[in-house]
Amino acid sequence: MTSQVKSGSRAAKPGNSVLGRLSAISFMTPASIFIGVFLFIPAVWTLYLGFTNYKLTGITAAHPKIVGFANFQKALHDPQFISSFKLTLLYVLFSAILGQAILGFLLAWVLSTVKPRIRSMVELIVICAWIVPGSIVTFLWVAFLNYDNGTLNRLTGQHIFWLLHDPFLSIVVFNTWRGTAFSMLLFSAAITSIPKSHLEVARVAGATKMQQLRQIVLPSARSFIFTNLLLITLWTFNDFGPFLLTGGGPGGKTELLPIFVYNKALKYLDFSYGSAIAAIMLLMNLVLALIVIRAGRKNK
Amino acid sequence: MSIVTTKKITKVFPGGVRALDELDLTINDGEFFALLGPSGCGKTTLLRTLGGLESPTSGEVWIDDKDVTWSPPGERNIAMVFQDYALYPHMSVKENIAYPLKVRKLPKDEQEKRVAMASKALSIETLLERRPGQISGGQQQRVAVARAMATTPNLYLFDEPLSNLDARLRLEARTFLKQLQTELGVTTIFVTHDQSEALAIADRMAVMDKGVVRQVGSPSEFFHRPANLFVAAFIGSTPMNLLEGQVLQGNVKVGSNTFTIPESYRGKLQEGQEVVYGIRPEYVSVVSSNADGVASGSVKVTENMGTHYLVSIDCGGTLVRGTVPDGQQPANGATLHFLPDLNKVLIYDKVSGNLI
Repeated sequence: MTSQVKSGSRAAKPGNSVLGRLSAISFMTPASIFIGVFLFIPAVWTLYLGFTNYKLTGITAAHPKIVGFANFQKALHDPQFISSFKLTLLYVLFSAILGQAILGFLLAWVLSTVKPRIRSMVELIVICAWIVPGSIVTFLWVAFLNYDNGTLNRLTGQHIFWLLHDPFLSIVVFNTWRGTAFSMLLFSAAITSIPKSHLEVARVAGATKMQQLRQIVLPSARSFIFTNLLLITLWTFNDFGPFLLTGGGPGGKTELLPIFVYNKALKYLDFSYGSAIAAIMLLMNLVLALIVIRAGRKNK
Repeated sequence: MSIVTTKKITKVFPGGVRALDELDLTINDGEFFALLGPSGCGKTTLLRTLGGLESPTSGEVWIDDKDVTWSPPGERNIAMVFQDYALYPHMSVKENIAYPLKVRKLPKDEQEKRVAMASKALSIETLLERRPGQISGGQQQRVAVARAMATTPNLYLFDEPLSNLDARLRLEARTFLKQLQTELGVTTIFVTHDQSEALAIADRMAVMDKGVVRQVGSPSEFFHRPANLFVAAFIGSTPMNLLEGQVLQGNVKVGSNTFTIPESYRGKLQEGQEVVYGIRPEYVSVVSSNADGVASGSVKVTENMGTHYLVSIDCGGTLVRGTVPDGQQPANGATLHFLPDLNKVLIYDKVSGNLI
């Protein structure tokens, strides 16, 4: 922190010259206004709402009152919130860490050993899943999992309403499918950044593929792995995509925290409660990010 | 401690590049052998094939009396040192040196012993706890050699290990490598594109071009008797004069000048044969008188080489290079008489390119 302040004051020195400070401020202004209006003020406003009893309709809509931590206390005793929180953690564990990261790494590792032509073909297909807009992907999955003439039922000859029967599994597979491309690309970059000679020294020493992976590739890709985990954990934690598939149902079985907030605030119009939970999520994101960054720094 | 033999080894890369073309080579026990050639000549491919990192399209690789063509690198008891040293940034120097031993599951105390031995031999004992990123390029190179040494291989393969060092350090390191190799007495194969490096440290060397060996021999053979025009043009810090001409009445006629054919070539040349008259600039002396067999021309360029000057003389359209001692350099445009040292003249057949 101190070093930042120091460098800040040093950087300000040229600003004392004729043009410096004024023009610097004028360059900063447009961006600052945008960030302020669209990011900072809504965020602070949300925090503020969390401490009120503001609702869209009824008496409190006209005269919201500050209620302190009442909304937060309510959340901690709300079984719906607690189950949604647990669900979100499981969702992150299965679809982000076990799904996207591990599958992405395996894909990248396998692809690093095949011919470049095949590699770029597979990469292209996988990236398609990443660049297609979310609403279209969701539509594809609705069609794929549909009861009547869904592709999956047609392929397997079964008659299962997947989104009703296995709603959580469905959204886990959905998010894994959607996000693996990103992890694969990042890990591909990590693997190609390892000099060939590093693996060749291991080969000459007689290391097996498994040993090369454990002793050379994984440690070399360490910073990539933690960056990737940080990003996909946060993305998945805040993922709203499954809403388009299931709307949080059936019976809250896929009601992840972002969906929970949405339902509370915009469906049941309880803005204050929704805002409080949004604030809690922000805090959790912060904790998650800190854990990952800490782990990444260790033993470096 | 190993004899390495290749038998008609061919490597064709996908896309059709013939990196090695039916190459036969034998490297003797305990020899310091250099593979030299321009980039793309196949020398690195050959080294990697010997190491098992590439498999040949056809042909065989033998180490001692074992056909290892299809053995994985880990079973050849070799150690390789790469151009970029390939030190693992996430391991300390000590862990780097011990890594191949760890892979081979040597007992811990044996690993310690080997690391101590290798680091002592390369005087890097004080660096063991550091990371590769915290030591200099020269030290990194020593660590890479130490890692190779600790495995006590029967064969060392060096892939341009000196080319990432700066000029001074390179001289130091090559002297050191030569000394180390002599002490260890282990067969060592060394790839380089730097001929002075090869000439300086190799016991024997091979010059390669387009996947084939153009000449094998001792460095002094290479310098004094290049077997063909390719090697003649390739070896030497100042390129050899290669003058195309025709045999006429006991002389070689190059443009309007005649050059005397040395006694040793009498009877080997036919009248009218197209030949290339080769003489190193170091063996072209400048003379005052216009005697028999003396060519002359006007001075085009003089270049300072330190102890001497390299003089390029326009000799009827062809440039001939000679040397004069420092302080005797002629002015540009001056007419100069010069005489090749007949004992050093080499005559090549122009068609085949081979030494006659």
